[in-house]
Formats: sequence, structure tokens, C-alpha cells
Amino acid sequence: MCSYIVEKTAVTGSAKAAGAWAPITGAVVSVDHPFHATLDHALMIDFVNAGRSVSERVALELSVESARELISCMQTALDAFAVEVG
Amino acid sequence: MYEGLIAETVTLTGHGGDEIGAYLARPLGAGPFPGVIVIHHAPGWDEGSKEIARKFAYHGYMAICPNLYHRFGPELAPDDAAAAARAGGWVTTDQFLADAAGALTYLRGLPVSNGKVGTIGYCSGGRQSFLAACELPIDAAVDCYGARVMEDSPPDFPIKMEAVIGRAPKISRPILGLFGIEDQNPSPAEVGQIDAELNRLGKEHEFHTFDDAGHGFFAVDRPSYRVAAAVEGWRLVFDFYGRFLQ
Repeated sequence: MCSYIVEKTAVTGSAKAAGAWAPITGAVVSVDHPFHATLDHALMIDFVNAGRSVSERVALELSVESARELISCMQTALDAFAVEVG
Repeated sequence: MYEGLIAETVTLTGHGGDEIGAYLARPLGAGPFPGVIVIHHAPGWDEGSKEIARKFAYHGYMAICPNLYHRFGPELAPDDAAAAARAGGWVTTDQFLADAAGALTYLRGLPVSNGKVGTIGYCSGGRQSFLAACELPIDAAVDCYGARVMEDSPPDFPIKMEAVIGRAPKISRPILGLFGIEDQNPSPAEVGQIDAELNRLGKEHEFHTFDDAGHGFFAVDRPSYRVAAAVEGWRLVFDFYGRFLQ
């Protein structure tokens, strides 16, 4: 199904695509039919810069299972860093 | 037997008088030919949608696929336009209906038109094809597994998609519905509710639900593709349009 599930958040950082780094200001997260991945549904993340064309975004399409693994991996790394810095 | 077709981008007048892009595929020859409005799915005005238009042209129909994401950037690649649509709240019902009405006017205005035009859509486009059957003076509509026909999106969803079944009393032409029994949205139960409501209203329709198929069984480039359902589905589409558009 087309879920139309979309969430947006502001982010601070940079992303690299096509060999060039660029600052990013937001992430658009959705779970819906992907464009490229051969999956029926995917977690899609568009890292965007509000001042630039959407064609300059950095896009991800991940299987739902691998997205959950990625979330867990990120959480583990952030938790470890929190311990490290106290 | 000579066979030939032309496929090209054109412009038509859509919502608010905007000139929007559209992909037109039509047989060569004097006609007269029936028309089909191909409504692209949420991933956009993509290669697969244009391939469907060419399939209709091969079968003797003038098919037009308006770029419903034109206003997000007419020169954007389809995936980028779809990303902009996701971030920008998709398209409104009024905008879709006016763009589809523009496509209808365009097709009927072609000198080789036989005056009859149907709609077909897949997934989100299936819902929009049903919507067109309710609101536009088309001659037939095909809804391929359109969700949010019977039920609104849940209240906590960030994007509100309104059910369209409340508009069904305005339907004046037949609808063909094609669904998969493994689909969760629309579920077989929801398809049954739509069927029952159209029966109650006395609206001409025929629904087919395929075994061993779920959502997106027509999509040849996705794991959801089911060859038996897709082949039989296409046969049903051309049988239906043969009866109501020829």
C-alpha cells in the first residue's frame, strides 16, 4: 500500500553525495514504496538542505529490517559515546 | 498489418490554469481511438507509469499520464519530484481532479478521439481513479488496489487521506476493481465493504480479487509482481475498456 507515512525533523550536519560534501538542514523520513530498491516497502530518508534543490538531497532506501538494525546500531554507538564523555 | 505508435511529452492545462507536463502515447493512424488517463503512483511520474501508457497505445488507446508532481519542479527527475512531494504533503484532491479534468479535455480534443475516455490507477492512483469516477465525466474507471477508498487514514497519521466512498452516489459510469487477496490495504474485508456499498447504491461495477497476489501485483519491477494475476488483470482491463470505451 501507499502508506503516506512521512515524518520530518531538522538536523545539523553534512552529507556527501556525488563526491561532494554539503551542509544539511533536515531529514524527511517515510515508510512507503521505494523508487529504486527492489522492495515493496522501504524506510526512506532524504537528507535535504532547505536552501538547495531537492535533486541535491542524499537519499536512502532501506529494508524495514535493516533500518531497524541501523537504528539499533546508531543507538548503541550513541550510548557508548554518552558513557565515554560522562 | 501495420503497427505504429508515438510517445512524447506534451503539456495540458490543469489546476489553476497551470500548464503541466504529461506523457502521451497513442497509435499512429486516423482512429478514431478511445482514451485512457493513466494516473501515476506515489513514487512518481516514472518509467513504469510511462510504460503502462505505451502498453495502452499498443492496444489501440490514446493514453495520457499527467505529471501530478509537476508543480514540485517540472524538470526534476521522477525520484526527486517524488521526494519533494513527500516533503510537501503530496497533492490535494482538488488539484488532482483539476489536473485529471485537464487530461480528459486534452484527450477528447484530439482529432482522432472517439470521445470516450477512461481512467486507470495503481495504488494511490487506484484511489484517485475511483475519485475520478465520482467527480469527472469519464466513461469508465479502473481501480487497481487503491487504498483509503473506504476508510480515512488513521487520525495520528501525519498526512490525512480522506476516504472517497462518500462521493460514490455521484458515480455514473462503470468501475472495474482489481485486488489481491493478500493485500492489507485495501484488505479483502475493505474491498467487500466497497463492493457492498456500490451494490447498495446500484452502481455498475465488477470486482476481482486474485489468489496468490497482494498489493502491487502489476508492478513488474517489484517483488510484489505476480505474473498470473497481472496477466489475467490486463485481460480484464482490456475486456472492460473494450465494452465501455470502444
